[in-house]
Amino acid sequence: MIEARGVRAIRGGREVLKGVSLEAKAGEALAIIGPTGSGKTTLLRILNLLDPLQGGKLLFDGADVSAGERARFLARRRMAMVFQKPSLFNTTVEKNVSYGLRVRGVSGTEIAGKVAGALREVGLAGYENRRPSSLSGGEAQRVALARALVTEPDLLLLDEATANLDPRTAEAIEDLISRVRDGGITVVMATHDLDQARELADRVAVLMGGEVAGMGTVEEIFDRPGSEEVARFVRRRQRPLHG
Amino acid sequence: MDEIGAGFVRAMELILTLDPAVVEITVRSLLIAVASTAIATTIAVPAGGLLHFHNFWGKRAIINIIQTLYSLPTVTVGLLVFLLLSRSGPLGGFGLLFTPGGMVVGQTILIVPIMTGLTIAALSGITDQVRDSAISLGASKRQAIFTIMVEARAAMMAAVLLGFGRALSEVGVAMMIGGNIQGYTRVLTTAIALETSRGDIEFSMALGIILVSISLIVNLLVNRVQGRWWT
Ligand SMILES: Nc1ncnc2c1ncn2[C@@H]1O[C@H](COP(=O)(O)OP(=O)(O)O)[C@@H](O)[C@H]1O
Ligand SMILES: [Mg+2]
Repeated sequence: MIEARGVRAIRGGREVLKGVSLEAKAGEALAIIGPTGSGKTTLLRILNLLDPLQGGKLLFDGADVSAGERARFLARRRMAMVFQKPSLFNTTVEKNVSYGLRVRGVSGTEIAGKVAGALREVGLAGYENRRPSSLSGGEAQRVALARALVTEPDLLLLDEATANLDPRTAEAIEDLISRVRDGGITVVMATHDLDQARELADRVAVLMGGEVAGMGTVEEIFDRPGSEEVARFVRRRQRPLHG
Repeated sequence: MDEIGAGFVRAMELILTLDPAVVEITVRSLLIAVASTAIATTIAVPAGGLLHFHNFWGKRAIINIIQTLYSLPTVTVGLLVFLLLSRSGPLGGFGLLFTPGGMVVGQTILIVPIMTGLTIAALSGITDQVRDSAISLGASKRQAIFTIMVEARAAMMAAVLLGFGRALSEVGVAMMIGGNIQGYTRVLTTAIALETSRGDIEFSMALGIILVSISLIVNLLVNRVQGRWWT
């Protein structure tokens, strides 16, 4: 579905991605884990074709989308990203969720049904006329998710989708992500929450200091980490077991 | 003190009885200021958008010049427009000097800089996250720009209202380009200036009260659009 080959990124004069290669195959859920500052957000933004890369290649469905504004635009319309902060538009929930449909020129009659469906999917049926300022953090994040899902993307990119939420709200969002994954959408999710990666991902890429330090199935990474560096990260950072 | 009090009562009487001269001057002032603001908006909003959304050599210098023009004394704008519109000037052929049309041209030139500057400020107030969200959700560059402008609508509306307020209350252009011709180019500010010096204090006070009231309403509207859509 999407593949990075030797992707390099320079931000603020520093090389923050130093030749990252990874691939998310159609229908799988790939988690990108790593400590804060390891380059997860930078990588996700590059995968979403929001920012330029300073080296390497990006393939979407086998086609090179590293450059060429038209190809990037068309590929972008087949994916959707949920950012760490929901950053909703200052208008109604309905207008937020319908945004991706409106820019694609979907007809008004079709939009109403799809918006209602997407809001039902995230558990916010009837929220159409609410405004972002009246939503809790969890509700806002769900609107952001609905707004991404309504466009029926082939690839969903999630950047720390639960990082700013309380544990119960985070769990509800995780349930939602797991349902999306089961629906067959390819998911690439950045998280520093190892339990979340373990629970939701098929495969895991470990990013450290802008490099892929490990890559494999959940079992491979967590139970048989290939390197001392990865082993230290996955062991130290696990949440204590719940009651 | 008594004189002022009596004058105030007479002035209110003129307003409340809808004195024809008072009404006529007020309506003309509003029409000219509305026309100037409408034209200035069609220039300032695209200009502000171009300056905000595009990077080019000399951009910073242009913005600095625009900001300097905010505080340009209105009489110097009046002088400039006078030279433009006078018989031998580049726009002399249109015969706009001492006409309401000429006043509209002058007021437009006067308020375009501040409206452009405030448009840029309004757009700068929108975070990059709005752009990112729009692009990420499939917007084209053009659609994203439109979305950012819609997000900035309250501050842009405030820019328009402030432009209107400046057009309505300025006296330099109105006097020098309009000439305060009774029944033709006489507006609130020029009438106040003239009638006061001629001694018709009550009439001046009536116009002054109206001018202050309109300014107050404009300011209330500015606060209201910012409060209602912006928080
Ligand atoms: N626009 C930028 N300017 C300067 N430095 C940046 C920029 N974006 C990211 N960085 C730096 O790149 C590194 C990786 O950041 P990021 O991708 O946000 O990491 P993560 O999401 O894993 O926490 C950090 O050291 C960050 O400070
Ligand atoms: Mg991050």
